[in-house]
Order: sequence, then structure tokens, then C-alpha cells
Amino acid sequence: MIDESKIKKIPTRMGFGEGVVVLGERNPNIIVLGGDITGSVMTSLFKEKFPDRFFSIGIAEQNATTIAVGMALSGKIPFFSSYSAFAAFRNADQLRISVAYNNANVKIGGGHSGITVGPDGATHQSLEEVAYLRTLPNMTLIVPSDYNETKKATIAAGEMNGPVFIRFGRSAVPSFTADNDKFEIGKANILKDGNDLAIIASGLTVWESLMAAQMLENNLGIKARVINLHTIKPIDQEVIVAAAKDCGAIVTAEEHQIHGGMGSAVAEVVVANYPVPMKFIGINDRFGLSGEPDELISYFGLDRNSIYNAALDILKRK
Amino acid sequence: MALEISFSDKTFTNTSHTLQEFSEISLELRRDVIKSLYLAKSGHSGGSLGMADIFAVLFFGGILRYNPANWQWEKRDKFVLSAGHIAPILYATLARAGFFPTKELATLRKLHSRLQGHPALDANLPGIETSAGSLGQGISIALGMAMTHKLIDRTDQLVFSVTGDGEIEEGSVWEAAMAAGNYNLSNLCWIVDNNDCQIDGRVHQVMSIYPIADKFKSFNFNVITIDGHNYNEILSAFNTFKENAKTSDKPTCIIAKTYMGKGISFMEDDYKWHGMPPNEEQARKAFNELEKMQQQIKSLNL
Repeated sequence: MIDESKIKKIPTRMGFGEGVVVLGERNPNIIVLGGDITGSVMTSLFKEKFPDRFFSIGIAEQNATTIAVGMALSGKIPFFSSYSAFAAFRNADQLRISVAYNNANVKIGGGHSGITVGPDGATHQSLEEVAYLRTLPNMTLIVPSDYNETKKATIAAGEMNGPVFIRFGRSAVPSFTADNDKFEIGKANILKDGNDLAIIASGLTVWESLMAAQMLENNLGIKARVINLHTIKPIDQEVIVAAAKDCGAIVTAEEHQIHGGMGSAVAEVVVANYPVPMKFIGINDRFGLSGEPDELISYFGLDRNSIYNAALDILKRK
Repeated sequence: MALEISFSDKTFTNTSHTLQEFSEISLELRRDVIKSLYLAKSGHSGGSLGMADIFAVLFFGGILRYNPANWQWEKRDKFVLSAGHIAPILYATLARAGFFPTKELATLRKLHSRLQGHPALDANLPGIETSAGSLGQGISIALGMAMTHKLIDRTDQLVFSVTGDGEIEEGSVWEAAMAAGNYNLSNLCWIVDNNDCQIDGRVHQVMSIYPIADKFKSFNFNVITIDGHNYNEILSAFNTFKENAKTSDKPTCIIAKTYMGKGISFMEDDYKWHGMPPNEEQARKAFNELEKMQQQIKSLNL
């Protein structure tokens, strides 16, 4: 049993900002490019500590992304971060041709992602970037679930060779993974075991999935396997296929469009290897709205109750 | 009789050359462009021919520092082709500089060739610094290299990049111009191939980007406008840039007035040749014209 009242809430962007600083201490080749909102995405921490390795590029995401490529091709390990809405789409062609096609050692931090950026509304609520980024050859795509994991993902990204996109959020979310929990790019973590169904989640819905699984067990004795699929590309086929075989039904949950998102990526693996009924929790083909993060999570049906109900539905189809 | 194509294995040195020698080098490059595009049956003739004289001086006039035997030499200057579609002239130049065998020019645009339709880093062709093809991106990559050399590693390496004039209609190009001026990248030489031609017509008719010089000046550039087919002017512009790299805090923009298709009478200054290869008859005519020009150069004794 997890006692939710004892779980602290910390924004994932803090993990990103701190992770880049750790990298900067370890490796003099780490460079950070700023896109005006360094305080928001917390690369300001790096800027303060390593001013000689920080370059402000202004509100120019296309140029920043491509400058990063030039630096990477000259032996540096540049990080560029902005709101995910602008770090994945304003520069989409640059990500495709200059970053991914060159297999350049560029790291992009997509902050303030999803509906939980809240009151700013739909223009800033990126809900489509997973669908785009997971189609790019050479790209690694990570959607960590909490502060600790974002920090580990950031450090791991800086220590591997090749392009990486890390998607994280603005609001404070439950910090439930431990410092010493294992994090490996491309290896999903099983947070709770069970064979009645599998719930596969990424980002902040991982916590909601854990809570839903706890409710299923407490209320009905249903044992759900909860999988934290933090790396969406390369995807952990082994864990997904095992979940399909062992559980026979899968619910996916993500703070992203259902079309083309993490759930679609899981479905590709499931359908090709071991088809089982699936249900997809996510944003259903619409734009976001202004509101407080918690209100939006429940309005758009990404909360534990929606996952709980989806689990009950899918069990009927097993 | 079918037209037979072969490539001599002649290479050129990167030293000072006479005007006559530069003429002969660029003739050879133009011949290579026609040959490889004729064999490829597709590709961009006009811009490739138009830049032959500038490539001849940059790579064979002791301007760009490189080492074909160890092409990834850490201290090399960088050449970034932002206008990726004129890859044929870059490939011809690299082959004639000894980066790879000239006979490979016959494989342009063919399956599994290292000479992809647009430069491809993953094709592992020596001398290719980056993939390019989506216009406007190479110049920002050049910027990232110039920032690394000047501001991070503090080496004296120079970065040269060629964009087309139509290419600077892309918005991100001006983000690059702003940042180059902002960061005082005096080690950056941005060459604008100003042939006033793009696929749909004259640049000034499709979307005027004029006045080019004033735009770059306002972004803190040293601007030099030259005749892109005059070896003395090309050499002098590059030498001014090299001097500026040491003494000035401004990046350099060389606006090279060129003619698309230069050297082949029926292609010259005609935007229809932007993305067209010569057919057999046109290739024969082109070789004849280049041969005549070669005889003229010899007889002139410049």
C-alpha cells in the first residue's frame, strides 16, 4: 500500500534543470542553449553555474535547434530546451533533417508539456509531439514520470550518443520513485505486479495508474500490473509482449493525443506479437483548455477514476 | 555513337594558382558536373555550374584549410553547403581535391551511392560535414560550428557556408543572421549565391529579398559584393574575410553575383535549369563548349 499523503510533489522540470547541472559538472563538453524561457524550463540553473557554456539564442527555436547540431558535429553535447509546444513543432523540420538525419548528439528538453501547463490554454498545451517524434529514425524519446526519473533520464540522455528528446511538465507532481530505483533508457519499469490486466503509462499518468491499480486491488481484488513505459522510443517490446501474454488485456494512459501516442506505440507491438484487447486513455482528438492542472486531468479523463473504469471495461472483453 | 563518360583521375592542389589555372580548374569542375548529372538523369545543373568559380578558388586557392588524407583533421576549417541541391559541384570539388576517387562521381544519385541527391552525413562521404537539403538549415549549423570554434574551444578555425539567394526567403535564415551578428562571429563567412533564379522564376519576382547587402549590414555583417565569376574579386573577398576574422568583430557576408548555368551558353541565366539535367544532345553540346573554352584559355596565356 502506498500512502499518498506521504508523497511529496515536485515538478519534473526541476529534475531536468538539476540533471543538466550534474552533467555540466561531469563533462566540460555539455553546452546549454537558451530560448528565452530558461527560468521556466530550469536551464537557468546551468546558466548560473556555467555561464561560459550557456548561450542565449532568443525566441528562435529553429535556429537554436540547428546551432545545437553544428555544435554537436563539432564535438559538443548541446541541450536546448523550450516549451514542448515549440521545441518539437516550431523546429519540426530541423529535428527531422538536421538532428535526426545527421544522428547528431543533440538533446532537446520539451518542458511545460501536456494539458497540465494549465491556465495558458491550448496553444501551450502540447499533446502531439510523441506522435511526431517517435516516427523519426535515430531519435530517442523519453517521457519520465516524476522528478527523480526526469533527473535520471536527463543524465542518461547526456551520457548516451545520439539525439534525445525528453518530455516533461510544469506542475508539481507526486515524486514517488526513489533515488536508487533503476533507470535505463529503453527498459520499462514494472512498478506493481499482477496478471489480471496491465496498465501501461508514461509521464504523470504513471502515478494515477498506480493509484487506480491500488483501488482495483482494494475494492475488487483485481491485480493489475503497472508498467512505467518511460522510454517510448526505442520501445521495450519484451515487457509489453510479456504483459500481453501474462495479463491478456491492456490499458494505456498518457497525457497526449490518443492518435499516434504512446498507446499507439504499445498497440503496434501488441498487434504484431500477441493481440489482446486494449483501451486507450488520453486526449481524444481535441485541443486543450485553460484551467488548473488537477481540474484538467479529471475533465479530460486522465485521472485514476478514468483508468479504474477503463480497467473494468477491458476485463469484460478478456 | 553513344556518349561515353569517363572521369580522369586528375586532382588539384590547394595553393596559389594563376588565373589561367583557376580557369582550367573550374572548367574541369563544370565538366564533372555535366558528366555526373547526365549519368544521374536528374539533379540541379544551373546552380552547380554557377558556383564553379567560387568553389575553385575556395578549395584550390589556399583559402580553406583541409587535409583530404585525414579529412576529419580536428583543426580543419569547415565548409557547410546550406544550398544542398548544388551538391554536384561540391562532390566534383571534393573529388578533385582528393577526398575520394573521381570515378565515384559517376554514381551520383544512384542506389547505395555515397553521393546522395543532397549531401548526407550517413553516406560517409569524406568532406561532407552535414546533411543538407531543407533550405536554410545549413547556415545555422555553420553558426553552431563557428560558435564552437570561436567562443567555446577558442581556435582559429574558419567556417564557410553557401546559401542560395532564393534560400534566404526562409525565415530561420534571418534568425541565423541575427545570432551571427549578436555573437560577433568574425570566423563565419556566409556566401550568398546571388543568381536571381529560383524554381518558379526570378528571385525578385517570386519574392524579393532585395536589398541583400543592407539587410546583412543591419545585422552587423561586413558585406562584400563581388562578381562571382571573377577570380581576382573572389580571391580578394576571401582574403578580406580572413583578415576580418583576426581583426574584426563582425561576420562576413559575400554576396556573389553569379549566373545560373554559367559556362554553358544554352543554360546561362535561365532559371529553367535550376533542377534539370542535360540530356545526351545537351551534354554533347556542353562538352563542346567547354572544350572550345579550354582552347581559348590556353591561347590567351593569362
